[in-house]
Amino acid sequence: MAKIDMALSSDWSMSAPVPVIDEILTLSPSLKLLPVTAAENIVDDISSFWVDRKQLSTLMQVLRFDLPQPFDMCFDLTAIDESERRHKASHVGDFTVSYHLRSYERNQDVRIKVSLCASDKNIASVCRYWPNANWYEREVWDMFGIVFEGHPHLSRILMPDTWQGHPLLKTHPARATEMDSFTLPPYQQDIEQQALQFNPEAWGMKRRDKDNDFMFLNLGPNHPSVHGAFRIVLQMDGEEIVDCVPDIGYHHRGAEKMGERQSWHSYIPYTDRIDYLGGVMNNFPYVMAVEKLAGIQVPDRAKVIRIMTAEMFRILSHLLFYGTFVQDVGALSPIFYMFVDREKLFGIIEAFTGARMHPSWFRIGGVAHDLPKGWDTLVRDYVNYLPKRLDQYEKMVMQNSLLKRRSVDVGAYSTEEAIEWGITGPGLRATGFSWDMRKQRPYGGYDQFDFEVPLGHKGDCYDRCRVRVEEMRQSIRIIEQCLNNMPEGPYKAEHPQTTPPDKSRTMTDIDTLIPHFVNVSWGPVIPVGEVSTFVEATKGIMGYHLISDGNTMSYRTRIRTPSFPHLQMLPVISQGQMVADLIATLGSIDYVMADVDR
Amino acid sequence: MLESAFKLLEIFIIIALLIPIAAMLVWVERRMIGIWQDRLGPNRVGPGGVLQSLADLLKILGKEDWVPQFSDRSVFIIAPVIGAVCVLMSFAVIPFSPDIGVSNLNIGLLFFLAMASLAVYSVVLAGWASKSKYARLGGMRAAAQTVSYEVFMGLSVMGVVLLTGTFNLREIVLAQSDTWLIQSQFVGFSIFLIAGIAESHRLPFDLPEAETELTAGFHTEYSGLKFALFFLGEYLGVTLISAMSVVLFFGGWLMPEPLASWLPPLVWFILKILFFVMFFILLRTSLPRPRFDQLLAFGWLVMLPLALGNLLITGALKLGGVL
Repeated sequence: MAKIDMALSSDWSMSAPVPVIDEILTLSPSLKLLPVTAAENIVDDISSFWVDRKQLSTLMQVLRFDLPQPFDMCFDLTAIDESERRHKASHVGDFTVSYHLRSYERNQDVRIKVSLCASDKNIASVCRYWPNANWYEREVWDMFGIVFEGHPHLSRILMPDTWQGHPLLKTHPARATEMDSFTLPPYQQDIEQQALQFNPEAWGMKRRDKDNDFMFLNLGPNHPSVHGAFRIVLQMDGEEIVDCVPDIGYHHRGAEKMGERQSWHSYIPYTDRIDYLGGVMNNFPYVMAVEKLAGIQVPDRAKVIRIMTAEMFRILSHLLFYGTFVQDVGALSPIFYMFVDREKLFGIIEAFTGARMHPSWFRIGGVAHDLPKGWDTLVRDYVNYLPKRLDQYEKMVMQNSLLKRRSVDVGAYSTEEAIEWGITGPGLRATGFSWDMRKQRPYGGYDQFDFEVPLGHKGDCYDRCRVRVEEMRQSIRIIEQCLNNMPEGPYKAEHPQTTPPDKSRTMTDIDTLIPHFVNVSWGPVIPVGEVSTFVEATKGIMGYHLISDGNTMSYRTRIRTPSFPHLQMLPVISQGQMVADLIATLGSIDYVMADVDR
Repeated sequence: MLESAFKLLEIFIIIALLIPIAAMLVWVERRMIGIWQDRLGPNRVGPGGVLQSLADLLKILGKEDWVPQFSDRSVFIIAPVIGAVCVLMSFAVIPFSPDIGVSNLNIGLLFFLAMASLAVYSVVLAGWASKSKYARLGGMRAAAQTVSYEVFMGLSVMGVVLLTGTFNLREIVLAQSDTWLIQSQFVGFSIFLIAGIAESHRLPFDLPEAETELTAGFHTEYSGLKFALFFLGEYLGVTLISAMSVVLFFGGWLMPEPLASWLPPLVWFILKILFFVMFFILLRTSLPRPRFDQLLAFGWLVMLPLALGNLLITGALKLGGVL
């Protein structure tokens, strides 16, 4: 077993010395690009620049098609309401639209920012460059009221069609106490009911063609196989799916808005509930982002503990995926065996953290507690136990010929399609494309660990399941390395802005007592800045884009979740499938509605 | 006069026993599946949970007998009755032991096949009358599945008829007093069993109700007593297919000599049925569900030629005097 030395670990940083901005300017000299200024204090190393909105389409054309190694993935697209920002650079207007693009060939990201003024919130749509920008732009319109000109179907996506206002505007109330009391008079109820009616023509669908009347089947929002509150409207010819419209937003809780009203510390439990099967995996990118803004170095022991628990949650999530996927295909038993395995692992999580599914256990600067006495016996037993169970499931599930018939060549997509639609994580690796954030851009100490990246080759349902099964084995390997190499030392950084702050000297020293009191009551004040951090979460790449205005709360919390683009791709892969295939495909995507809607 | 009164009493007793047995099967199945799936299953009501079905029945009786306004009311109500009645009618021709059995019909086997075909009306009409899209999809699947599978269900038992020379089930059993027909008709038996699972809509052939796809398929809109009737029909169907397998291929109540004297014939018959019921339950815990088109393709492209081949070879061997 490989020795790991956390002292040698370093996070990935952009190695390309030639900034992409020069390349763009040589291709298209007429563009005026303004690099971000020091005042904005962007502390991640994604090269970022501003562009005038009139030149946006030209720039996107260059980035997407003209550059030799183009930015082929629209990784994230969001906006910021800058109206209440105190520390704001002079070129920043009332709204900022922020595009996060990625090139896998370069292993490089860029962030493009466009400033808009409140009186003219219009900007060109980028859907024709990246098809998955569609939902992102709808979300920005929904949340900020920014109009994307040329968008094929700009309508609300997370909020109901009847919603008034745009929730992420700073002027929109965040708490029920700031609003009038809720009433639903009968006429309003009728309007709401009407709004739920599906109108195929609005989606460019036909009710009939020359031979057939189509049937529209409303699958969800409450259906055994949609894994949460998710609605798909199917246009069907018999049992064959002609087209479908995924309808999301039933699980929207305004997690991003809550980020603007919670202290940096008290937001951690909210992150647990984003991908509710991911547990501490959700805390990971958030605390890393805050630590980067505050400049906190996490001690080695905390790093290893974080990696170990995060991998445990990867196993927990993948086991649930495994069971439910097989159940969706019709086999009733495996999920019960897998729940036994999960139960054992939850027992360990409970011994570590006191909680099971949502431990909220990571802290700014480390973790909440040290590991309990005897933790290594618990973990070692499990590390020895799980691989044998996985071998059994291999025979029971993966080699079952009925399951293969139901999942091989079903719901397949190519690597190019996956990148075009923003697919990350196991769904991307199932197409045979080896890109795991833990390998390609190590964070939090992963560069010291020895593990492999499992790949599929067809990108079908079977491969997506296969990749996850192998990932569990790799996670066991990582946990075993943590077990054998757990460093001694503190479990939290010694830094005034860690939470909860260190209390050991408060009773002897007034200069420690006062900051302790302030940091406990108000929470830490994080320096002005902006940062994006990402982790290879259970379902794909999850990240937090935080903007601090030098306050006790975040100015803008953007959560980039993997499931959101994954579901957007559904119409592309489900056309021509039977209903039963769609169910298998849904199961194999492994999404969580809380992760989609936030 | 007295004779027909006895006959009526016999019918009454058989029905009065069959229905509780079907209800008990629900508990047996839940308990067995529970154990096979590393859980306990229902074990609270009565010793080991045996009274669970009674508790379920009481609960179901207390439910509102709801008929959706959008449904075709009379058909909606009659659909579950058809299913249960057809299966119960089939039991009329089953010879339970040398002296128990409602009817000694000389076309018993054909009667069984006819009733099995009629039972599909229950599912199709339920799907149709519900006027709900999930129910309709389930009904459509049921119609296609039953039509395809009953074709070779009939063909698979023709080997038995060839060898025994009769459609009378009692005579078929008696013809097996030396050797059970499973020896020469193993292929026929396998086909019959697969078709039987398909006829009773059990996993892996539960496509008409496919919970993960069609929520509950043809009985999505049903509740209360009418839902219970579907359930009854399903479990009676399982018992019926098991009983038919035993009668046609496993010598009915007959057992080889040292064993036969240990227990009465009726008990042997029930034990054999129970064996097949357990097999049905075990299948349900272990297999995924094929897709609709795969199921039909399997039926027409694999099972049908196999059944025909079996019939041909059996006929040839019979003519050649080998069997």
